[in-house]
Amino acid sequence: MNELADLQGKLEKENYVADENLAIALKLSLDLKRPLLLEGEAGVGKTEIAKILAAILDTTLIRLQCYEGLDAASSIYEWNYQKQLLSIKASEKFSTNVEDIENHIFSKQFLLERPLLQAISQDRPPVLLIDEIDRADMEFEAYLLEILSDFQVTIPELGTVKAKSIPYVILTSNGTRELSDALRRRCLYYYVDFPTQEQELQIILAKMPNIERDMALQIVKFVKALREENIDKIPGIAETLDWAAALCSLNITDLQDDLAKIQSSLICLLKTEVDLRSIQVEVTSRLIGKAV
Amino acid sequence: MAVSSTNPNPILVGMVEFIEHLRFNGFGLGVLDTRQALNSIVDTQGNLTTDRNCLKILLTKTHEEWLKFDDLFEAYWFQRGKVKPKLQQASQKSLRDKSSKKLSKPWQDHLEGKQGKAERDTPQIEANEKQDLDGQAPGRLIAADKSSLMKTDFRQFVDPEEIVEAEQLAYQLASAIRNRKSRRYISQKRGQKIDLRRTIRGNLKHGGEMIDLHMKTAPERPVRIVALLDVSGSMKHYSRFFLQFVKGLVCSWMESDAYLFHTKLVRITDAIRNKNSLRAMTQLSLLSHGFGGGTKIGESLAVFNEHYAKQAVNNRTVVIILSDGYDIGAPEQMALELQRLKRKKCRIIWLNPLLGWRSYEPVTAAMKASLPHIDHFFAANTAASLAKIEPYLAKL
Repeated sequence: MNELADLQGKLEKENYVADENLAIALKLSLDLKRPLLLEGEAGVGKTEIAKILAAILDTTLIRLQCYEGLDAASSIYEWNYQKQLLSIKASEKFSTNVEDIENHIFSKQFLLERPLLQAISQDRPPVLLIDEIDRADMEFEAYLLEILSDFQVTIPELGTVKAKSIPYVILTSNGTRELSDALRRRCLYYYVDFPTQEQELQIILAKMPNIERDMALQIVKFVKALREENIDKIPGIAETLDWAAALCSLNITDLQDDLAKIQSSLICLLKTEVDLRSIQVEVTSRLIGKAV
Repeated sequence: MAVSSTNPNPILVGMVEFIEHLRFNGFGLGVLDTRQALNSIVDTQGNLTTDRNCLKILLTKTHEEWLKFDDLFEAYWFQRGKVKPKLQQASQKSLRDKSSKKLSKPWQDHLEGKQGKAERDTPQIEANEKQDLDGQAPGRLIAADKSSLMKTDFRQFVDPEEIVEAEQLAYQLASAIRNRKSRRYISQKRGQKIDLRRTIRGNLKHGGEMIDLHMKTAPERPVRIVALLDVSGSMKHYSRFFLQFVKGLVCSWMESDAYLFHTKLVRITDAIRNKNSLRAMTQLSLLSHGFGGGTKIGESLAVFNEHYAKQAVNNRTVVIILSDGYDIGAPEQMALELQRLKRKKCRIIWLNPLLGWRSYEPVTAAMKASLPHIDHFFAANTAASLAKIEPYLAKL
């Protein structure tokens, strides 16, 4: 199990606080060459994992951000139509035959490579991050399945493009839509939970070396208490870090210092109008009471 | 170390049985998973926690499985937490219930709806009908503040003819709702956009002069329908008819989902989609503890929003709530939950049986609070009145 300890050490070196389970998940994914599906609430650091993995493996990160309506043309490849039209016009003067023109304008130099095609045509295996897969629709999942199982893309005009190297694939999902079983079956699954109090403290200390330990502990406890309140958008780690940075720049070294300032700095943690209205000064002071 | 079949290592045999045990508990695992799981535990050389976590990552595929895994692991390897045969007992019991013809008293109102067809289609308002209409009858329409613990035998609701009729009506209504355009384009002669790829290729024969234009269009995608059916005491005269409507909807419209609520909310899609109507209704009876008690619409919607809405509701969804709006919960909560639901960009239709009454006004606090969040508010107490809303649905 030296490799596992080694991987964990590397994660720490990149300032990423991870428990052993995540290291196991990454190791299995690397060993078995299976995509890793990370699921969890927004803001728990799913995307960050892919970035860190790319840094550890010292390779490029290719990112595909999913959205509703994402299609093959913007995720796999597209022909550069403008260039093709210009090229046809330009070749009219020399009146070359149709076949030559066709071979010319449907060649690699007219091909726009999108993230998925890019990922399989690298010499060195990159990390392919397919972010928020649940936002794309079912039809897109079908494209993805084909690429994830065969690692090849068929372009009718060019033929089949086989992978030069197999990328390390990380998929993330916020669970806003149920993913298909077929996709799940191909992936390893890891549920990223909110960090424990101890982990979150370590994360703050790692990312913000200047902060005092007591203050960081208060922040972590406050955010933990806030997550238990009935709010719409639960603050993630990124929000905690933002808030810690905000408090530092406001020169607050103890949460009991200045309630008014702290109340106004809560905009870092609360991201909807309803949440902001529901966490009034009284609630804040109660939460501070829990944290100190 | 590779796994060889000639060497029946007890751990390997145990692992195969463990995976069988997981499959029995609803995990969808393939041969590849089994093989990789076996190899991974060989690799870890006997560290139990690491083994368990390895297996968890390899063998779970969803968040529910992720949460269930530890218990199943303990149950199999340490014989902790035995599986209770509770469910089987319950279903046997309900089969026995079926043979006893006499219904317990509270269910007689609900289920003795087997008279004539004309009567079945209309709500059965009995002797005190007039008083009710004048608003003088005590209690009947006041939301009951207790959840009933009795079980209801939905098998009484099964009548093949009625189901077929309800299915037709439900299908008509569902198809009246206009479909949404897909975001993908397919090639079509009279499309809205030029398909450049086909056009360029097709016109090379003219030396690149764009003479024939190839077009593409975005096809339509069917709407998804989610039905939330109130089965509380105040709705008892309508629940028979509505349940058939919902069953019809779920059976005829592929993209649909159905839930019952009273003081709690249960998902019934899989139960009523069962082709065998009798079995479907038996399952429904098991699910319906509390049927006929009070209504907590706000709380039920909160449960729906929290657990189901993420998967069941998107911008192509029409949510149909079938309820009379008599609620014992806080009206603010109901409004808040409707607002949350609305944020998923779905459309909300409220079908209220009481709206069919001549002098009815939506004056209950809950109904008033929720009106601003509802897209359409229709009467629905008979099949005829449901059929009448078809043209409105077409405009949605």
